Amino acid sequence: MIQVQYFARYREALQCDSESLDWQVGFTCVNDLRTHLMARGGIWAQVLGERNLMCARNQELCGLEEPLMDSDEVAFFPTVTGG
Amino acid sequence: MSIQVSAEVFDPGKALNALQDKHTGVGAVVGFVGYVRDFNDGREVGGMFLEHFPGMTEKALAKIAQQAHERWPLLNVNIIHRIGRLEPGEPIVFVGTASAHRQAAFDACAFIMDYLKTQAPFWKKEDTSDGPRWVEGRDSDRDAAERW
Repeated sequence: MIQVQYFARYREALQCDSESLDWQVGFTCVNDLRTHLMARGGIWAQVLGERNLMCARNQELCGLEEPLMDSDEVAFFPTVTGG
Repeated sequence: MSIQVSAEVFDPGKALNALQDKHTGVGAVVGFVGYVRDFNDGREVGGMFLEHFPGMTEKALAKIAQQAHERWPLLNVNIIHRIGRLEPGEPIVFVGTASAHRQAAFDACAFIMDYLKTQAPFWKKEDTSDGPRWVEGRDSDRDAAERW
């Protein structure tokens, strides 16, 4: 299983804060997961296709090329705006 | 080193003084306080909500503080960041650094703020005169972080 979380504007736009997905052999990196989710079309393709998308694997910031393993936790979110 | 993520209003003066407290080797303390403004991007702001990523937030802040410790000879670092509902005029964030000499304290404080702005998982949603809106990240913040 892969646990996926969404935050802030993405959470609202997707109307989803988290979900569990069955592990797939094709998930070699975070971008494969993103592509899988974007294939849902509509708002999913729009939001997860944003140029400034940020992501984290197991609660650490990462790039889209970050390798993925079964049981990982991935989060997608817009550019952070704290401070 | 102290990292706090809190829904409570904090006292920046107390946070600043705590950096020197009992550390007689400290010769310089630098503090930055960020406040909620009542105006942003052409709209009045009546307050904001600060969302964060529970579990990741404190780890991300600790990592940034650790990087500062590795780059400068710091004697103390204190980071406080609010979450939840905030009103105009309230402090959002405090970053304080203590060192034997001023330049390390100045530079480390600026470094921590620039990294916090671009790498710590917080998101602001403002209540404006036109309704709620998510604050968007700025290229200038990314540029500021890249200079380090």
